[in-house]
Amino acid sequence: MTIENTTTLENILSTAQALRWEVGIDFHEKVTESIYTDAVKIADRATTRPEEKPRFDFDRKLDQILTSRVWGFPLMLALLMIVFWLTISGANVPSSMLANLLLDTIHPMLKNFAANIGMPWWLDGFLFDGVYLATAWVISVMLPPMAIFFPLFTLLEDFGYLPRVAFNMDNMFRKAGAHGKQALSMTMGFGCNAAGVVATRIIDSPRERLIAIITNNFALCNGRWPTQILIASLFIGALVPAQLAGFVSAMAVVGIALLGVFLTFLSSMFLSKTWLKGEVSTFSLELPPYRPPRIWQTIYTSIIDRTLVILWRAIIFAIPAGAVLWLSANITIGGTSLAGYLINFLDPFGLLIGLNGVILVAFIVAIPANEIVIPTIMMLTVLVTGASAGEGTGVMFELESGMETMALFEAGGWTLLTAVNLMLFSLIHNPCSTTIYTIFKETGSKKWTWVASLAPVLLGFAVTFVVAQIWRLVASIL
Amino acid sequence: MTKNTKTSSDACESCAIHNAAALHKLGVDMSDFDYVIALSGNPNTGKSTVFNALTGLRQHTGNWPGKTVSRAEGGFEYGDHKYKLVDLPGTYSLLATSLDEEVARDFILFGQPDVTIVVVDATRLERNLNLVLQVLEITNRVVVALNLMDEANRHGIQVDERRLARDLGIPVVPMVARQGEGVPELLQAISDVANRKTVGKPYRVKYDSPELKKAVIEVTKQIESAYPELPNAQWVAMRLLDGDERIAEALRKGELGDLTHGNIEHRSAQMQVIGNQ
Repeated sequence: MTIENTTTLENILSTAQALRWEVGIDFHEKVTESIYTDAVKIADRATTRPEEKPRFDFDRKLDQILTSRVWGFPLMLALLMIVFWLTISGANVPSSMLANLLLDTIHPMLKNFAANIGMPWWLDGFLFDGVYLATAWVISVMLPPMAIFFPLFTLLEDFGYLPRVAFNMDNMFRKAGAHGKQALSMTMGFGCNAAGVVATRIIDSPRERLIAIITNNFALCNGRWPTQILIASLFIGALVPAQLAGFVSAMAVVGIALLGVFLTFLSSMFLSKTWLKGEVSTFSLELPPYRPPRIWQTIYTSIIDRTLVILWRAIIFAIPAGAVLWLSANITIGGTSLAGYLINFLDPFGLLIGLNGVILVAFIVAIPANEIVIPTIMMLTVLVTGASAGEGTGVMFELESGMETMALFEAGGWTLLTAVNLMLFSLIHNPCSTTIYTIFKETGSKKWTWVASLAPVLLGFAVTFVVAQIWRLVASIL
Repeated sequence: MTKNTKTSSDACESCAIHNAAALHKLGVDMSDFDYVIALSGNPNTGKSTVFNALTGLRQHTGNWPGKTVSRAEGGFEYGDHKYKLVDLPGTYSLLATSLDEEVARDFILFGQPDVTIVVVDATRLERNLNLVLQVLEITNRVVVALNLMDEANRHGIQVDERRLARDLGIPVVPMVARQGEGVPELLQAISDVANRKTVGKPYRVKYDSPELKKAVIEVTKQIESAYPELPNAQWVAMRLLDGDERIAEALRKGELGDLTHGNIEHRSAQMQVIGNQ
């Protein structure tokens, strides 16, 4: 570019600068107005509307109910309950069928095969008790609930329900000093926090976007649903008669999800009152028309795009985790395994917050994928207690029935408090490594990535600590 | 088509139905594309559905605004040409106040796509035309996909697409993308604009306020004399008047002027840069 050109450009810029003042401060409004006026003119010429009013506007009627002050929230909870109840009760049968096939049929076959060809014990153990079983467990536990949950959720989304959820919660978010659109990114977080963090791009203001990114962790993600569902059905469902168990477990899971929403508000409010002070920006949320969901297409895409993709991710992380766990449980120094040392080291702190060393180790192992928390816990519990319920030291397994799993947990010194605190900690603790990486990419700031990763862990410790103290206090009085 | 005599096949070749058979959905294979097509539109108008219909990909579609926040890309082959289709975030305007608007705006402006499709909701024409008019300020290589015609009919709204096409000065294709209706016609329109068989005469927004009008004309004139090859001088003038630093910088660096003569390799490098932002 020549110097002459540069001066022309600077001339133009200064002309623009000067003229801008002549137009006045409402420059933006004038421009927008001009565009809008022309748009209306062109649209009017091309459109013919019916003279008479439509007799019955289905969409509007439905919106009046779904977003009403009275019915909006109860209906939202009812829908959530139905989705979870269908997921919990529908996943049991296929889950145990898969477990039968993968764990009780194929696994012994592999072991026999290894014995027949004279495979050394460590290779056999490493491959079939470590790697294979970890994978098989993740598939049998995760595939059925996901294959039910995702299509149901996607049908609601396709129908147009999600923006109504956002509409219902908009006011609460604004009161918390955050952006109403955060309701949408939070809803995405219920599927996957990394996706939720990316979805915050729809929020204009950097301040409010940062709040939405940091607090997205409290939207219970799909990797954590199985943990909640399993623990709720074993410990909470067991408190009531069998007919009610399914319903009560679903209630417990919804309760945890709602606590997550509550924590989202609370932490958003805290951030917007402290480090991220600022004005709340307004926006108009468009309620799109309801559309009849395309059932087959939805089922197809949600199984291919969501279920299998997420399952694949879980398997990828379960394979090395299974291998490492088997090794750390079988490599011993002075009679104690590597895993044993770590567990013993963390145990005092774990017990202080109503958990135990095994659970804390499991959460560390599961940083890449929350899905493998429960398999890890079970394997490590066998290792520590020496319980005979499993297939040997260092094996990730699915026990045949809930009763056996329960017996295993009890052998590990679990109480109802352990179960409740595990559910709480699973909700609150740090995001998975994929989400942390996404947060770093979206914020471009190491500082905020640290905050978003560490603050939840500290909050998780604080909450479980307080719950444990109160619980023990009440228990000692009773 | 083998039975056709020569004369009738001549007529057939200009007909969209005939050529639809020539659509090859290439999915994510985007090697050696001839043309770049941008897909824009308001949120929730069915952009992703159109994207899937053209590329054969199954990008997840959802009935809520703001679903597509990043760009998705796919390819298709139509006639003798390979096209790369870029799905932009849904936005109501291109004034670039939020990240998604900026992504969309920058791509249409700096990516210099050969064709920009604006997907428009036929039931909410007024609001959707806001975006169309803003895109037309930047480029005249635009096709409007007038989607959701079935919903418009259900609400008793009739849209005269020919009138609309004449007023806007660009091709308008009525569609029901969910059912695949209008896809052949859209492909034909894209191909015509990309191959310069159709050249748009875009509608320009009339600025009513006298001070505004005077300012726009003044700055536009200066820009036109300094950068005669710039296709969107009025729009650039508006942005400069609005104090848009990004555009001033683009002029300074020659990003706007250079690209009007840019070749495809140059452009893809440019897009790479935007993609990494």
